[in-house]
Amino acid sequence: MARAAKMYGVSFTVKVRRLFSSKGFVRGSLAVFTFFLLWQIGSMGLLPFMHAIPTPIEVVKVFWEFLHLTKYWQSWGNSFLRVAYGFVAAQILGIPLGLGMGWNRNFKDLTYPLFELLRPIPPLAWVPVSILFWPTNETSIAFITFIGAFFTIVLNVLGGVSSIPRELTNAAVSFGASPKQIFWRIVLPATIPSIATGMMVGIGITWNVVIAAEMIAGNTGLGRMTWEAYLASHTAGIIVGMISIGVAGYVSSMAVKAISEWLMPWKKIF
Amino acid sequence: MKNGSGKNNEENVLRKGELEIQNVEKTFRIPGCAPCVALKDCSLTVERGKLTVLVGPSGCGKSTLANIIAGYDTPGSGKVLLDGKEIKGSSSDCIMIFQETALWPWMTILKNVTFGPSLLGGSKKQQAVSKAMSLLETVGLEEFADKYPAQLSGGMQRRAEVCRALVMEPKVLILDEPFRGLDVMTRALMQEYLLKLYQQTGLTMFFITSEIDEALFLADRVLVMTQLPGTIKTVVEVDLPRPREFHVTTSEQYRLIKSQVMESLYEEGAKIFTHLQGIGGNVPDTCQSTDAP
Repeated sequence: MARAAKMYGVSFTVKVRRLFSSKGFVRGSLAVFTFFLLWQIGSMGLLPFMHAIPTPIEVVKVFWEFLHLTKYWQSWGNSFLRVAYGFVAAQILGIPLGLGMGWNRNFKDLTYPLFELLRPIPPLAWVPVSILFWPTNETSIAFITFIGAFFTIVLNVLGGVSSIPRELTNAAVSFGASPKQIFWRIVLPATIPSIATGMMVGIGITWNVVIAAEMIAGNTGLGRMTWEAYLASHTAGIIVGMISIGVAGYVSSMAVKAISEWLMPWKKIF
Repeated sequence: MKNGSGKNNEENVLRKGELEIQNVEKTFRIPGCAPCVALKDCSLTVERGKLTVLVGPSGCGKSTLANIIAGYDTPGSGKVLLDGKEIKGSSSDCIMIFQETALWPWMTILKNVTFGPSLLGGSKKQQAVSKAMSLLETVGLEEFADKYPAQLSGGMQRRAEVCRALVMEPKVLILDEPFRGLDVMTRALMQEYLLKLYQQTGLTMFFITSEIDEALFLADRVLVMTQLPGTIKTVVEVDLPRPREFHVTTSEQYRLIKSQVMESLYEEGAKIFTHLQGIGGNVPDTCQSTDAP
């Protein structure tokens, strides 16, 4: 225990120094450097098929310009909002549904077949019907995003509830817990790791889906921005869009990770 | 615990239960498979304030019996009586310590131990904390009260689980191979812990194991179970002196009792061999040679 405390006690600067001097870090940096080097060489016309790609230096320049545009930041805001709506709605509806299916046999018998019938339909296949059904473009994109995360979270929660070791619930029964107490104090916390997994996978899918949906049906957002750059043959803009989407996905994943760690203090101990 | 056993002796006597299992039968029916008779005509008594050990080959229905006593499963026929009253469903009268640790990983050790009393709410909750702390102290875990189970070693987890059971003041403590998966040293230490605890509380304990040495070291009585369908084959009284420590295992008396139990167990073990080989009544050499102590 004392050892663990010591490991956590090290200061930030020491941690950074250790990181930079580690073999893994050196190897990783080498790969990243080589990637950019090859990119630069390739886009200078020295490698086949790559003459149309802007050089990294050009991309950085364009990126800098984009950072000063309000439209760029609006695209961020729009995409983030859509992801947030879809993702949060999927959690609010999906977690209780998964818990209900896992907890109550009758409820599962009732809902599972329909769920399994709709699940194989890819989120993007919902685009046309969702444009027809929802009043605004905004709601239809948020809906498609919701579909992306919904099925994953339900499946994860359902799996989580069904795989709770019997001893954990049995022990609570022995101590006189009522079904209600077992649900809230045993089943729900025991499912949190599965909820967290569902959220992590879900946020990734949500970003995938929102970008595609924006390209097809949107007129704002990072996906649309990238698509418009393509239509304008503005290749550096395309790359900037791609990088922005990557960063956005990463930031969202980190946020979800922080939330799940906060939900599970008992997992954070090592 | 230390002063508890002396002070409230009468109360303790009341709390100790006596289990009687009468002609219990249990058959598992899985669609598409032949029905599996796990227990048949199984009768035994777990005497008040005694440490009774059930020993038998693996897969002979020991855990099925434990689950029935704990109320997690119902017998097909027959009865389980606690102090003359039939057990229906599980209650805090018979608490089971499981094969794998069943501590709730998201609760600290103290929260785990006080879970049962916390369901009652109110003043019981406050009492429970101090009671839990003194129980944890007796097993040397008072410093770990605020840790999560994953931060404890296997042996510590088992001790915490015993505390969680004892705080409910059960009439019978069922231990279903509780030390399985622990290394040899820890296991030996845990056995001594359990004996100390038994000495202090005088609780009725029903201990299930597949290891003869563990059975003999702990038990007042050893019940040997047969192969499937499980039933009690032999009852061996273990009148080794208490308090026991590991020296007892080298005594002549111990060896005599052990050979008695082993003979009985190997007969059951041999049944599997002959069953598998399709030869009638031939005990393999390996069994006979290890038979002699």
